[in-house]
Formats: sequence, C-alpha cells, structure tokens
Amino acid sequence: MQFDTTVITGSLPYLWQGMQYTLQLTAISALGGLFFGTLLALARLSPIKPLALIAAGYVNLMRSIPLVLVIFWFFFLVPLLLQAALGAERPPQVGAERTAIITFIMFEAAYFCEIMRAGIQSIPRGQVYSAYALGLTYSQSMRLVVLPQAFRNMIPVLLTQTIILFQDTSLVYVISATDFVGAAAKIAQRDGRLIEMYVFVALVYFVICFTLSLAVRQLQRKIAVIR
Amino acid sequence: MGFSLDWSVFLQELPEGGVYYWEMLLSGLWWTLGVAACSWLIAMFFGSIVGTIRTTRSQPLVFFGNAWVELFRNIPLLVQMFLWYFVLPEVIPPLKRWVVAADPAEAQFLSATLCLGLFTSARIAEQVRAGIQSLPRGQRDAAQAIGLDTVQMYRFVLLPMAYRIIIPPLTSETMNLIKNTSIALTIGLAELTFRTREMGEYTFRFFEAFTAATLIYIAIAMTANRVMAVIERRTAVPGYIAGGK
Repeated sequence: MQFDTTVITGSLPYLWQGMQYTLQLTAISALGGLFFGTLLALARLSPIKPLALIAAGYVNLMRSIPLVLVIFWFFFLVPLLLQAALGAERPPQVGAERTAIITFIMFEAAYFCEIMRAGIQSIPRGQVYSAYALGLTYSQSMRLVVLPQAFRNMIPVLLTQTIILFQDTSLVYVISATDFVGAAAKIAQRDGRLIEMYVFVALVYFVICFTLSLAVRQLQRKIAVIR
Repeated sequence: MGFSLDWSVFLQELPEGGVYYWEMLLSGLWWTLGVAACSWLIAMFFGSIVGTIRTTRSQPLVFFGNAWVELFRNIPLLVQMFLWYFVLPEVIPPLKRWVVAADPAEAQFLSATLCLGLFTSARIAEQVRAGIQSLPRGQRDAAQAIGLDTVQMYRFVLLPMAYRIIIPPLTSETMNLIKNTSIALTIGLAELTFRTREMGEYTFRFFEAFTAATLIYIAIAMTANRVMAVIERRTAVPGYIAGGK
C-alpha cells in the first residue's frame, strides 16, 4: 500500500466544486437558520401560549431525532409538499442539493432558536421596560433594543454552532448530494483510492475547523474585555 | 396530499417471509442501543482520563489532552466513521485480515462503537475539565493539606464533585451520542434509521416508517433524560448546587 498524492491533485477541481457546495450550504443554512431561529425564539418567549407551545414542540422534535433521519424525512416530504403547494400533477424534481438546503435551514433553526432564546433571556428586563417607557412598540423594542444586544452577546456561540453546521453538512452524503465528502467518496470509489481521499478530506476539515475555532476563541476573549 | 396512510404495514411480513416489519425496526433498535451503550462506556472512560489530565500541572499531559480533544472535535463524525471502517484496516494488515474473515456486522459494530466512543470522549473531556475547573481552589488546597497525593486528590475530592456538577451537560452529550449512532448507517450497520429507510424502500410506506422511527427516538431521548434526572437527584450533595433541600 502506498500513499498516492496524484489521486488527490488530479481530482482537485472536482473536489473544489464539492467544497463550494459545502460552503454554500453552510452559509445559506446558517443565515436562514438564524433568521427562522430568531423568529422561533420570539415565538417561544411570546405571551401567546399556543404560539409558544407550537414553537417549543417544533424545536424539541427537531432536537430529539437524528439529523440523518431529518434529512430522510425532508428528502421524502419536500417534493410532496411542493406538489401540494403548486397543485401539480406529480411531485416536482427538486434534487438532493436543493432539498438539503431546505432541510438544513429547518433543522438549524431549532438549534439557533435555543441560542437566541438564551441570548434574549440574558438581556436585563429593565431594557425592555425602558424601551416601552420610551414609547416603542413590541416589534420596535425587539428590533432596536433587545435583539441587537442578544445577537452580539451570542456571536461566539453562533459561530461555534456554524462550525458544527459546517461539519454536519457532510451528512448530505446519505442522499447522495455531491458536497466535499460526496465528491471525495465518488472519486475514492471510482479509483479505488479510499485511503488517500478520506485522509485528505479529514485533513482539510481539521485545518479549517481548527483554525476557525481558534479564531472564535480569540474573538470571545476580545468581547469579554469589552463587557 | 394525495396519499393514504396504512399503519397495518408494520404487521406485514417481509418479502422473504417469516419476519414482520415491526420486528425489522426492533432489530435495528437493538443495534442502535448496543452501539450507544458500548460507545458511552468508551466515551466516559477516555473522556474522564483526558478531561482530568487537562487540569493537571504537567505541560505534556495538558498538551496531549488538548490535542486529543481538538483532533476528534474538528473532523466530521461521518469522515471519522470512514477512517475507522475503510482506512484503518488498510493501514494495519492483521486488522484487514480479521475484517475480511469476520461477519460484516461485527466489523461495522466495532468500527462504529470505537468511532463514536472516541468522538464523544472528546466532548465529555471538555465537560469533565470544565467541571473540575469550576470547583473552588480551596478543594484542591484542602486535599493537599490533608496529605493526599495527586491521584487520591482527583479520586476522592475533585472528581466526585465534578461529576455531579456536569450531569446536565452529560445528559445532552448522552442524547447526542444516541442520535449520532444513526451515522453508522453510512458504513452499512443495520441500526434503526438504516432499517427504517429499508422498510420504506420495501413497502413505499416511508411516512409510516419514518413516523415510527421518530417516535422511537423521542421515546429513547425522554427515557435517557429521566434516567439522568434520577441519577442527578440521587447523587446530589446536600447544601450544594441541586441538593438544596
């Protein structure tokens, strides 16, 4: 057995395509997850009981089943839901790549919700009272006073969650989407070079995630000084 | 949504006959629980050691502990699974010979258990370290003052307190571990999610199969939660943290 690096260098363009999809999926799911997660957090903290219950139910459901099962669920449900929404004759062909984006936004929303909820709850109640005293409405006080602070306090946690998300996107492998791991696996199987490809993939992930986590720690220390 | 549900599908036999679909899911559940239980033991064992040595004053030990945690935390679990199952036997010839001769399920079980165990050990090590570091300095000083050596200090003073403090995060790590067993399906281990998808493909009853699996995972998560809550109550130190009453 020899470690043949030409297998890797020869397939770099294809691997880069996979990595581009991985980065895209991570970025879109992080932003989408943060947006819907914040809405979910507001719903969970809302005084309207049914709304809070539904949001809590959704978050707890997503958090108690494995991501792989969530991916399968959406892979099965998304075409049917789209068919119902469009009133089409047969389920539209969505493709694994696009289904994965919807799946990860919906899944990450549950995790970002919990982070934002902790962030909102960490803001002293006096802030909300002063916002109301100034005559701000609920949405203004949230948008202008509470959420910006909650968001800033939670930046390190949000970034750490995004690094986890970046690693988790590799699971789209189970629906045969061609992300970074998917691309490497396809070449590994085509050329029979499992060792080279999987070791390379592991190294790339390690370097990226380790560097990012060091950066987050640095940031955390800086923010800690400000507060 | 143009489809009707048929829950009686679980009572039907597989095409080969003799086995019912509910039995198929149940056999997957046993694999899930088996992998989870064995890898939990590995994770607690290595996580405790690595987490503890990261709080010692020995630089090489701290470095080793940090390297361990960073290594397992910064590579996706799926890729680690591939490394254990596909790459490691290629690098170690005697292991390769065993894998070829062994029952595939055994090799898959072993790879998945080791992979998940060590992956989770890094996360548990983080919790154990945080637990020990959250203890007041006086505990360490007092242990040394009454003449305990380092091992005794950890064994009798620091760890018993630290474990109690970290029960809540250990609970969520345990639940993560159970959920993560589903990633073993990528190396062919016939655990619950694997069997669920298989059942969907045989019967085209994806909705029913996925619903059953979802309910089973929720039941496992709730059970694990209850068990850990009982342990937390039983082990609470009076006058400390949760043991207020």
